[in-house]
Amino acid sequence: MKRDKSTSLFPKEQVKESLSHSFRKLDPRMMIKNPVMFTVEIVTFAMFFVSIYSVFNINQGTFAYNFTVFIILFITLLFANFAEAIAEARGKAQADSLKKTRSETPAKLIVGGKIEMISSSELKKGDIFECEAGDTIPSDGEIVEGLASIDESAITGESAPVIRESGGDKSSVTGGTKVLSDSIRVMVTTQPGESFLDKMIALVEGASRKKTPNEIALTILLAGFTLVFVIVCMTLIPLADYTGTVITIASVISLFVCLIPTTIGGLLSAIGIAGMDRALRANVITKSGKAVETAGDIDTLLLDKTGTITIGNRRATNLYPATGVDPDEFIRYCQLSSLADDTPEGKSIIELVYENKAHIHSQDLPKVRSIKFTAETKSSGVDLADGTEVRKGAFDSIRKLAEAAGNSFPKEIEDFIQTISSNGGTPLVVSVNKKVVGIIELQDIIKPGIRERFERLRKMGVRTVMVTGDNPLTAKYIANVAGVDDFIAEAKPEDKMDYIKKEQDKGKLIAMMGDGTNDAPALAQANVGVAMNSGTQAAKEAGNMVDLDNDPTKLIEIVEIGKQLLMTRGTLTAFSIANDVAKYFAIVPALFMVSIPALAAMNIMKLHSPESAILSAVIFNALIIPALIPLALRGVKYKPIGASALLRRNLLIYGFGGVITPFLGIKLIDLFVSLFF
Amino acid sequence: MNTELLGNALQIILMVVLSYPLGKHIAKVYKGEKNLMDFMAPVEKWIYKLSGIDPSEEMGWKRFLKVFLTLNLFWFIWGFILLVTQKWLPLNPDGNGNQSPHLAFNTIASFIANCNLQDYSGESGLTYFTQVYMVMFFQFASAAVGMAAMAGVLKAIASKSSKTIGNFWYYLVRSVTRILLPLSMMVSLFFILQGMPMTFEGKMHIKTLEGIDQAISQGPVAVIVSIKQLGTNGGGFFGVNSTHPLENPNYLTNLVESISILLIPMAMIFALGFYLKKRKLSFIIFGVMFFAFIVSTSINVHEEMNGNPRITAMGIDQHQGAMEGKEVRLGAAATALWSSATTVTSNGSVNGMHDSLMPLSGAVTLLNMQINAWFGGVGVGFLNYYAFIIIAVFISGMMIGRTPEFLGKKVEAKEMKIATLVVLLHPLLILLGTAISSFMFVHAPAFVAKEGGWLANPGYHGLSEMFYQFTSSAANNGSGFEGLGDNTPFWNYSAGLVILFGRFFPIIGQVAIAGLLAEKKFIPSSAGTLETDTVTFGVMTFAVIFIIAALSFFPAHALSTIAEYLSM
Repeated sequence: MKRDKSTSLFPKEQVKESLSHSFRKLDPRMMIKNPVMFTVEIVTFAMFFVSIYSVFNINQGTFAYNFTVFIILFITLLFANFAEAIAEARGKAQADSLKKTRSETPAKLIVGGKIEMISSSELKKGDIFECEAGDTIPSDGEIVEGLASIDESAITGESAPVIRESGGDKSSVTGGTKVLSDSIRVMVTTQPGESFLDKMIALVEGASRKKTPNEIALTILLAGFTLVFVIVCMTLIPLADYTGTVITIASVISLFVCLIPTTIGGLLSAIGIAGMDRALRANVITKSGKAVETAGDIDTLLLDKTGTITIGNRRATNLYPATGVDPDEFIRYCQLSSLADDTPEGKSIIELVYENKAHIHSQDLPKVRSIKFTAETKSSGVDLADGTEVRKGAFDSIRKLAEAAGNSFPKEIEDFIQTISSNGGTPLVVSVNKKVVGIIELQDIIKPGIRERFERLRKMGVRTVMVTGDNPLTAKYIANVAGVDDFIAEAKPEDKMDYIKKEQDKGKLIAMMGDGTNDAPALAQANVGVAMNSGTQAAKEAGNMVDLDNDPTKLIEIVEIGKQLLMTRGTLTAFSIANDVAKYFAIVPALFMVSIPALAAMNIMKLHSPESAILSAVIFNALIIPALIPLALRGVKYKPIGASALLRRNLLIYGFGGVITPFLGIKLIDLFVSLFF
Repeated sequence: MNTELLGNALQIILMVVLSYPLGKHIAKVYKGEKNLMDFMAPVEKWIYKLSGIDPSEEMGWKRFLKVFLTLNLFWFIWGFILLVTQKWLPLNPDGNGNQSPHLAFNTIASFIANCNLQDYSGESGLTYFTQVYMVMFFQFASAAVGMAAMAGVLKAIASKSSKTIGNFWYYLVRSVTRILLPLSMMVSLFFILQGMPMTFEGKMHIKTLEGIDQAISQGPVAVIVSIKQLGTNGGGFFGVNSTHPLENPNYLTNLVESISILLIPMAMIFALGFYLKKRKLSFIIFGVMFFAFIVSTSINVHEEMNGNPRITAMGIDQHQGAMEGKEVRLGAAATALWSSATTVTSNGSVNGMHDSLMPLSGAVTLLNMQINAWFGGVGVGFLNYYAFIIIAVFISGMMIGRTPEFLGKKVEAKEMKIATLVVLLHPLLILLGTAISSFMFVHAPAFVAKEGGWLANPGYHGLSEMFYQFTSSAANNGSGFEGLGDNTPFWNYSAGLVILFGRFFPIIGQVAIAGLLAEKKFIPSSAGTLETDTVTFGVMTFAVIFIIAALSFFPAHALSTIAEYLSM
């Protein structure tokens, strides 16, 4: 089952729910978290009393005018609340659909060696349950016994089953996935209601949402702007008084609300929630909003070679017989050497042999005794019934074997080895009865398109570092072909940690992905640590994100999501502030035109009348919020065109656009509003 | 007419050409590198020894500020005492009296703050003793303090990660001995050669052509005028400042005085480029400031040279421009340039009366001071611009998808808080001050009448006069719109307080930001880092300054200068 990833921004039921939330969010105790909108609430309240006052008095303008201003301000508040509510609703819907996959299922709880059937919701941390083929796994946990193939498509959308087994790094199972074969015993690792998904839902709903550092700094700036305009508008009253101009409370409040950054103020929290939501849509559970933000700042990505840069495992790509060995004969020896080898490399050799059509048909295969790979011999193979020993192994080990038997090691094979190694391949030498017969070339298959992705990252200013167990020569070759900036060869688990610390000392921010328990310290140390959902509980606890798809290239997407989040915030701030230029020109002449007729020359938009000008500005100010909700939710598109070009582009669109748009918008609204005057 | 414009062009070209090598020299002075003035080392050593200073002590930003504030407090008390007792002190050949406490408060606040707002006339309000040991001393000292603050900030910006920002005393002493003193000596010598008085004798008594006896004030004018111009001080020896023939005898002295206004402020920006080894960054900053300067100068020159349309309508010839309040020997263009130069910096000296400027030029001079970040006061001008850079960096950093950083340091909540407060303070001081005085003018006429009525002009222009007084005080500019009877307790205290707030809070904030950033970990730049030495970022900073600093004064301008302009 693939979750609904529909791009419709406003599904009906979410809108309905958000509308009622918009009213509930008017509670001043909630509004105060957002200083900009809180001041709007205060002046809206004041406008309400001014409206009532104007029923009985005439010096504050007509009741109709005052009440209209009040209603528009009230709607402005609702729009801002709606933006936040709809972002929450979307995030929650996304999380809920994930949660649905793990609704009530029966669990086979093991109590004193016996199985007891209970509901999944009754499972507690530390309980052990059993799952057999066909069962849905009732809760997240870690396999303590057994091995099973599991269908995780409900979570990842990937149809190929995966193997999970106790011990090691593939021991985690996720609630809602299905066991296809075999049977496992699983220990529950989280208390009900405390899974990562539950935590994320709480984060999105606002219960445990904390402002990120960048959000705090921006809120300070916006609060500062708001204060400036408090000063500007309050002092305007005595100044106008001096010139003999009477300005109404409604006009001062309108000027104030238009000048303070309500656009970004109203959309700020929606942008943050939408960022987490976008991560969730990419199947990444984030443990905090801060992690998403940090992702946009990442300088260096640590990527495991296998699975990220190359497809799974190495594959055999070429078979080179030694001089004097019949090529077909050699192919058959290759086949024999790998008969008992069920590693992915071994299987790929068999596949290559079959492609060459010189293989021994399965019905003709001789009986063999398999010789397993040992650390001592560093080779494996088979012994045939006639005593023929077929071996394949690393160059050193086979050379030792051959030379010990008095056979020379062919020169041309050594040359081959050199060429293969420097091309990033791994040579495997095949011997028959301790005589070298040829060589198999294993190659890493670099994922298509990965080079372009790294290029894109480089343009974003992100360095990529490949981590691999390969020898430096092979690592260097692959690094070159894939286009990564640096590599760690012959990597041990602690090398990642050292590298991260070293880079962090230089002031860089590092992201990495990992799944094993031995990755946990590095995941914790990294600025953004993404644990694979299939990884161990320790790894998931250590990281600050969990990737449900177990897709190592996800890091790249996460960086973009982080950048998008910040960009949306920045561009809307610029837009909001740039709007002020036009608003000054709409309202300031309107304030004074009556008593200082000369100032009519400043009415460059030729707005109909002072009242219509003020109303148009306030209406524009209100409408721009819902108009920008889609942008806030979807995020501003990131383009890796270099920092300066990007700034130029966004400054042009959102800064310059922010200056122009309200001139047009206010004029249009005024044309409409003037119909009523 | 063309010669006047050529004269202006020559002044501007000379400012830029001379400030560049000076900037290089200043960078060397603060970095402690080998420089032309190394022969002053023994003098400096003697000063350090005499005052028990260890110039090699590395100060953290808090200690740096503590020293800076303590020194200023001491100076404040010392200057105040001199002013209220000057009658009995030596060098008072004309027998001038003591300053009243409220005037002395205003005067000393104004002089330690490098503002030099003068609610007195130097001829009668000071003695030669206070002219030299108060006025001239603080013209060196307050300029050097501003430069020292900037030197500390430069060191903070340059350091990769450091808890200290250098030694305040070291910067202070070197600013005087190696920058201000040699320049003033050269300029003073030129002034003396041009006939500016340099004497401790009392008034000259002469018989005029009409046969009337006249007493003409004089004194140690030349030395004071040079540092007045060079150190963005602006406090003239005479009440009418550089319009006075003995303070600015001819076009040549006017040229040198005019260049001196912008010489060090411009050089400080180039010094930043040399100091940080980021020449391009300094060119971009210089470019933005220079652009603003040229635009404001062009408006003023255009307005002043075209004359007053109301007077033209009366059939009076105005081919010389709007000459009210201007000196015939200098001309309208030179006064227009000066009015722009003296307000883009926080100099505040005048060679014509700003009260008589055309409304639009008046608006421009006000706006320059309200922005207060185009070149600005020596040292502090860049610091004001720096606060705007922090805000611009913050917004544009996000716009390119990174949490904001400036020159390798992350800008976070704490720095934002300080930068926002610093930027907020300026409109608060100006608008609140103007609002209070307007309110009193309308609602407390008895009080205003008791203070002498305050305004020489009613209407919009009267509002401009009060607006100007607070603007000039907050910006530490010190020029007056005049026409305002400001030697009263209300104006002396209110403007004095605004001056002190406008001087010390921003410097504390700006040094704190730099100090806090210096302590942070240095982040090497990558392709994703916001480059601040690009034209785009320059435009961004300009936009931030224009929208935040300039536009917040727009409604107030609408009621004063713009209303006056449109009513003409």
